[in-house]
This record gives sequence, C-alpha cells and structure tokens, in this order.
Amino acid sequence: MSAGGFSARRLTGLVYKESLQVLRDPSAMLVTFALPTVMMLVFAFALSLDQSHVPIGVVLESDGAMAQDLAAAFSGSRFFDVTPARDRRELAAQVVAGELKGFVVIPQDFDARLKEGSRGPLVQIITDGSQPNTASFVAAYARGVVTTWLNGREGAHAAPVSLDARFWFNPEINSRHFLIPGAIAIIMTLIGTLLTALVVAREWERGTMEAVMSTPATMLEILLGKLLPYFGLGLIATFGCTLLATHAFGVPLRGSYFALFLLASAFLVPALGQGLLISTRARNQLVASQLAAQTGFLPAFMLSGFLFEIGNMPGWLQTLTYLIPARYFVASLQTVFLTGDVWAQFLPNILAMLAVGAGFFGLVARNTRKSLDV
Amino acid sequence: MTAAIEIRGVVKQFGDVEALKGVSADIEAGRLTGLVGPDGAGKTTLIRLIAALMTPTDGTICLGGRDVVTFATTIHSNLGYMPQRFGLYEELTVLENLRLYARLRGAKHDSLDATFAQLLHFTRLEPFINRRAGQLSGGMKQKLGLACALMAKPDVLLLDEPSVGVDPISRQDLWRMVQALTHDGMAVVWSTAYLDEAERCDTVLMLNDGRVEFDGPPRELTQRVVGRSHCLVGIPNERRRVLAEALDLGIVRDGVIQGDAIRVVLSQGADVAPVRAIAARHGGRLEAVAPRFEDAFIDLLGGGPGGRSAIAEKMAAVDLGTDIAVSCHQLTKRFGDFVATENVTFSVGKGEIFGLLGPNGAGKSTTFKMLCGLLKPTAGEARVVGLDLRRAESQAKLKLGYMSQKFALYGLLSVKQNLDFYSGVYGLTGALRRERIDEMIDTFELERFLKESPETLPLGFKQRLALACALMHRPLVLFLDEPTSGVDPITRREFWTHINGLVRKGVTAMVTTHFMEEAEYCDRVALMYQAKVIALGSPDALKARVARADRPDPTMEDAFIELVNAADGVERDAA
Repeated sequence: MSAGGFSARRLTGLVYKESLQVLRDPSAMLVTFALPTVMMLVFAFALSLDQSHVPIGVVLESDGAMAQDLAAAFSGSRFFDVTPARDRRELAAQVVAGELKGFVVIPQDFDARLKEGSRGPLVQIITDGSQPNTASFVAAYARGVVTTWLNGREGAHAAPVSLDARFWFNPEINSRHFLIPGAIAIIMTLIGTLLTALVVAREWERGTMEAVMSTPATMLEILLGKLLPYFGLGLIATFGCTLLATHAFGVPLRGSYFALFLLASAFLVPALGQGLLISTRARNQLVASQLAAQTGFLPAFMLSGFLFEIGNMPGWLQTLTYLIPARYFVASLQTVFLTGDVWAQFLPNILAMLAVGAGFFGLVARNTRKSLDV
Repeated sequence: MTAAIEIRGVVKQFGDVEALKGVSADIEAGRLTGLVGPDGAGKTTLIRLIAALMTPTDGTICLGGRDVVTFATTIHSNLGYMPQRFGLYEELTVLENLRLYARLRGAKHDSLDATFAQLLHFTRLEPFINRRAGQLSGGMKQKLGLACALMAKPDVLLLDEPSVGVDPISRQDLWRMVQALTHDGMAVVWSTAYLDEAERCDTVLMLNDGRVEFDGPPRELTQRVVGRSHCLVGIPNERRRVLAEALDLGIVRDGVIQGDAIRVVLSQGADVAPVRAIAARHGGRLEAVAPRFEDAFIDLLGGGPGGRSAIAEKMAAVDLGTDIAVSCHQLTKRFGDFVATENVTFSVGKGEIFGLLGPNGAGKSTTFKMLCGLLKPTAGEARVVGLDLRRAESQAKLKLGYMSQKFALYGLLSVKQNLDFYSGVYGLTGALRRERIDEMIDTFELERFLKESPETLPLGFKQRLALACALMHRPLVLFLDEPTSGVDPITRREFWTHINGLVRKGVTAMVTTHFMEEAEYCDRVALMYQAKVIALGSPDALKARVARADRPDPTMEDAFIELVNAADGVERDAA
C-alpha cells in the first residue's frame, strides 16, 4: 500500500468524484454556464458606456443665416436630440428637471463674430454638472459639432493646426468591445474563487471532508482533486464566453486562441489559489461566499481596470491594484481580443499572475494540515 | 498481547475549554466498545483523536503500537471511520461512493468487485446501487457510510453516533453487521447516546465532562445498582403526579414513566418503605425489578433532575373548553404521485400526551405539519381545540405551541433577543409581553445567559430556551417534533419533567419520535408506517400485542419491529 506517497489512483478518484458533482449539482452548472451568459448579455446591452440621442437644447438668439445653419447642424447630429428655443430661460427649467442634459447658446451676434474671425468664443455650452460623465460627453460632442460645421463651411480657411483624433483598435469606440473581454475576467474570478471556496466549504458542512481526511489520501491529493476539475471548468467557460463574444456580440478576436488559453490558464492559478485560501478558513458556505465576493469578485470588478480606469485612481489605490490578478488579466484580454498577440505585454502579465498565485498557494500550504484542529 | 488502541493520559484543549481532561483506556480487538456519555462529554473529540484527525494537547494514543500523531498516514490506511453525518457525497450514487472510497482507501484492484459484492450483500444495498446517496433513507445512508468505512478491511472501526436519527429496524441491521465484524477480530468503537445500545456492547467506556467515569463490561456497572430498581405498578391514573411525588421524597435518584408503570431507582441504602407507601396510596404496589444500564448510568452521573417543573408550577391550569384537543379524520396528503399520509384518523383528549411513532419517511412529520396548519391536506379534516384548520387556521395557530426538531433558535441573536422575537411573533405586546418574558427568564433560570448566543448554551439550557419560546403565549396544545433526538438521558429527563408538569395543568402534548423509550412516556401512541397508522393504543397495549410465550415482556422496540414486520407481511400477502 502506498501509504504516505502520492497516489495517482486516489487523485483520479477524487477528480472523477468532483467532476460528477459539478455535472449533477445545478448550482455549479448555474455559476459556470447560465451566469456567464447572463453577465455577457448585461455587459453587452445594458452596460454600454456609449451614448447617443442625448437630449439637449439649442437656444438660437440670432436670426442670421450662419446661426440658423449651425442650429441645423446640431439637429442633424445623431448624438443629440435637440429641443429648439429662442430664450435660454425657456430651457433652464428643463435642465433642472433633468429632461435636458444641457444646452448650447448661439448668441445674437454670432454671424458678426464669425465674420470678424474673432478669437473669442462663438457659442456657449451649458451642461448638467451633476452627471459628470454625461456633462463631459455633451461638452465634447457639442464642440465637435461646432468644429465640424466650421470646417465644412464653404470657403473656410483650414485652421492653422488641426487636431484629428483617431481611435486605434476600436475605431467606433464601441464600449462593448472592451467590456466583454473584461467580463470574461469577472466570470473566471467567479468560477475560480467563488465556486472553489464554496465547494470546499460544502465538504466541511456535510462532513465529507472529515471522512476523506480519515483515509490515506494526502492533503496534496485532496487539494489537487479540487483544483484540476475547476481549472478545466474555468477553461471551458472561457472558451464558451469567447465564442459568445465573437459570434453573438461581434467582438473581434485579433490574437490567437493559444495566447488566450495561456492567459486564462495563468489567471486561474491565482483565482483558484484565492478560493482555496478562503476555504482553509471559512468552513461554511455563507462565510465562504461572502469572503469570495469581498476579496475576489469586487476587487476584480472595481480595481482591475475593467470599469474604472486605473490611471484615474489615487496613487495608493493604483499601487494596490498590482496585487489584483484580474488587473493583469483584463489588460491582456483586451489586447488579445482587440489588438492581437502582443507577447511583450502578455509575458510580464503572465509572470505577475503566476507570482500572485504562488503567493496564494504559499499561504494555502502554510495553513493546510491534514487535521481538524483549527 | 497489546490492546488495539492504547489511550494514555490524553488531554485536548480548544482555547480555554478542556474537552478531555486526562483520558486513559485500552480498547481491545475483537470486541465492541461502546463510548457513552452525556452530550459534550468529549466522545466525538476522543474519536477524532483516535482517527488522527486532531492532535492531543497532551498524552498519547497508539493504534497497533504506533503513535497516531507520528504515523498518521499508516493509521489512516488501517482505520475505518464513519463521522456523524456518514461522510457521503449526496450527488453520487451508492456505487460511485463505494468506488471513490475504495480508491481513497487503497483497496486492491483485483479484489475490488468481490469486495463490492460482499459489502453490498452484507449491507443489503444491492437493489439501490444506482440510487444517489442524497435520496437514500437515514438507515440506508448509515449502511452505505459503514460500507465506505469498511472498504479496505480496516483493523479498527470508529463509528460516531451511527444510530442518531435512524429507526429501530435499521439500528438492528447495523448492530448485526457490527457484531459480525467484531467476530472477525476487528476493534470497533461505537459512540452513542442511547443507553440500551451501550448495554449490549461487550465493554463500555463512559465519559463525563472530559473524564472516564467507568471502563468495563456494562453489567459490571449495572451490578452497582442491584436491588435499587423498582417499579410502581397497577396505578390506574395520575401516574405523572405519582412520579413527581416519588421524586420529591429525596431518596429517589431517578424516575421515569414506563408505559403503565413508574420506574424508580433509589439512593444507595435507602429505605424502600416511603415509596411503597406512595404506591399503596394510589392503589398500586411496588415491585423490585432487574437493574438496567441506564439506572446505573444516571446514578453514576448524580441522579436525574428531580420532579418539579418551575414553569408548570407557575402556570395556571388551562381549560380547553372541549374534551378533544386535536383530531383528524381521513387525513391524506399527496405530493404528486407520492402519498405521504393516507387516511390518518385519530383523536387526542385534553391533557393527554400523544406520540406519533414510526421509521423515517413514515409520514409522522407530514401529519404533524398538517395538524399545525403548516401544510394543507389533500383530503380529510384536521381540528385543533375544535377549530377546523381549513377555516380558522390563524385562530388555531394562536392556541398551539410548536417546538421543532433543531430547536429553531436564532444563533445570531442573543437569548434575550430570541425571547423578544418569539413573544412578538405570537402577538404579545406591552406589559403582558414584558411580564411573560421575565417569567420565562425566571422559571428557566436563563438570567445569566441573556446576552449569549443560544449556540454557546449547554444543551439542556438550549432546550429550556426553545421550550420557553414555544410556551410564551400559553398554548393549549404543544407540538414537539423529535424533541430529544440525540440528547443525553439527563437532559431528556429534564425535558420530560417540564412536559409532565404542563400536562398536569391541562396542556395537551403531541410528540413525534422514533426513540422507543420516549414512546413509553406517552399515554397513547399511533404507530405510523408507509403513510398509514398501523397500530394505535397505549404503549402497554401495543407491547401486549406482540407478547409470546418465549418473550412474555417485550420492549417497545420489540413491539415496533414486530408490528412493522407484520404490516410488511400483510402487504406481501395482499400482493
């Protein structure tokens, strides 16, 4: 009898057991397949950061031909739904009520100012500062409409220096294209950390952990018996999400499946490590799920650069993000989907994820003994 | 020859609490050793230490001469362990569970199928190999757990409370299996709170408060109380009052209702005359009876809790206004195709203790839930205090108190907050609410625990608190669902003292149980089996039905097994 040594037979028994449990446990299937699908749909449709048809007002104080023409340009823009007015007082109330997100004033002397070519401002843009994102959107696009109109005017002089912004990799600035790769990272965190922590806690609750510990199986076998099936499950979910992203949501996959596979594998190391670390302490499912949500899911959501740009965070928070494995994964996923295989970025990120993972597993090893003593 | 398990001066500390305070014992091979003691005595801790799942704070444990801490891996290959909840994977089938444990325990490949067949035959699980463990009955789970623990033919088998929540027929099966194993030379440790089980063990190790109280054959302990056990028989009524009177004498160490009789154990050297006088005064007589292990057990632990229930004494006598407290007629409940109860009919008089007895899945809980208004019957009628549950459900609910199996206390609320909550649930307000809460705190002596969580309370106090919560609104009918499952004999006696006291005040008690002795405390029991009531009557009447020449004085358990088997036979004949 191979007491003490590693036994492949015991390990395969444990892996087989775990796989059967996953397949027969509705909640595991829900987390692995139904939840990702729902999340992808939410991120694809509900959580779009793009805006169009924002309601604004245009106050036309001048009857000049040029002023009329600019007002028409606003009405023609697909970014705005324009409410025309003659007096700014008519619109102020609607902005306060939130019906309009701002308004543009085309002043009385607009035509005169234009002819003079004065350096002073041509129009006034008033926005609702209580919604900063929308406000800056309105300001930027209104400025854009004016600039386009100026440039398109007959006999216009080309401005001495013209700024022509071009967005690479995501020419339409379609937020879906960078949200969906990020969503995959969130889903993987759920499977890697939450599911792993839950299933180990369940073994404690049902007393099966105690029974398995009383057999010759070693802790390494017991832990690997958990890790391998969920590693596989994580990869399957990644593949499923990728197919959904590319085929259903039209997100391009410009990099290779090989790079994607390698990145996902590297990310699963810290995700599973964190799940196991939680399970060494949390011996019931409620505590395990709370811990996994607070330390795994939320940081992956907020500090990974998925929704909030890391560059805009305060310095100390930026430093903290280096400890969040999702940070490296989100960045790499966006690259592999939208740009292609950029190994110069992938390799350091993979190393960073493995390093965080090694840290987690080091802690797991230190905290795990084959014993019921706490 | 060295003992299979040698325990030497074992101490185990959890934080400030000392669970074991220096335990030494030898456990021999080829014998069944019963590990008995009240809840919290350290039984589970000792078993886990033997199984090398915990490290002793001090002292050593050796299995086959090997220290369990140093040789944990070797120990795990020679040891079968069945934890309290059997350690089964519920999503896996019977066969898959067996295969998993075969691999984990390193059972040899070539012998695998033979071992399987043998174990399946031994445990009579063959017909169920493809059923998921989660869908097995308690008794079958326990057998499967045993089969998993036996997979690699261990030298030592540890069973932690294997028969809690298992009906008598499955218990008998398990007993038969374990006997066969000890004959083959295995050392078996069986931890139990059931003293009739302990009595049948070859030897017992009795723990109390982390120390060994007794180590030896059970009859040796029983010998200590020889001549002190008596029964008051022929007492036509008011048995509960007589019991309380006897316990008040001060020379009675322990007393319980046993069907139509009252069993008492006297103090060492006490004069029997005062007890005989009580029996005579109530028209009965006193008979000396053979001592049981339980008599000696209670005696060793310092006697039972006495006969007075503070709560019952404070409570004014209640009057239902009707003679029938609970009744049901042709009560049927179907869940889809499954018939949970079929044409259940009985009625319970006021001030009666009525027991619903039966194996798991017989329909006890379903009947109970319909009577409490928690489930709607598919057909038939149920009445509580004359109120039809279909029409006056909420009125009826205010008249009944319900105490569920697991006590249903909120662990995150303090004792005081639990009392506040339940008083609110039952609609008590203002001065009356404060008065009742104070009364409960006072009578159940909960004052010093008010700020603590119910989970940290000693079991006896937990039970008091649960009872307090159910009694706060002065219910006329008490529903007690498996009130003492897995509870040690002393705590159980304390509980029944309260119930007996309440019943004497006119409260009616309905009890579900699969614990045979508890059935003896009832005035009448309905034996349920496969959704039907197969027998109804007083405990003594049921016992008398199965008396034979070779067994003139059957136990309640004998009656149960025989009546259930007879019902099975009738079905076979019909089919």
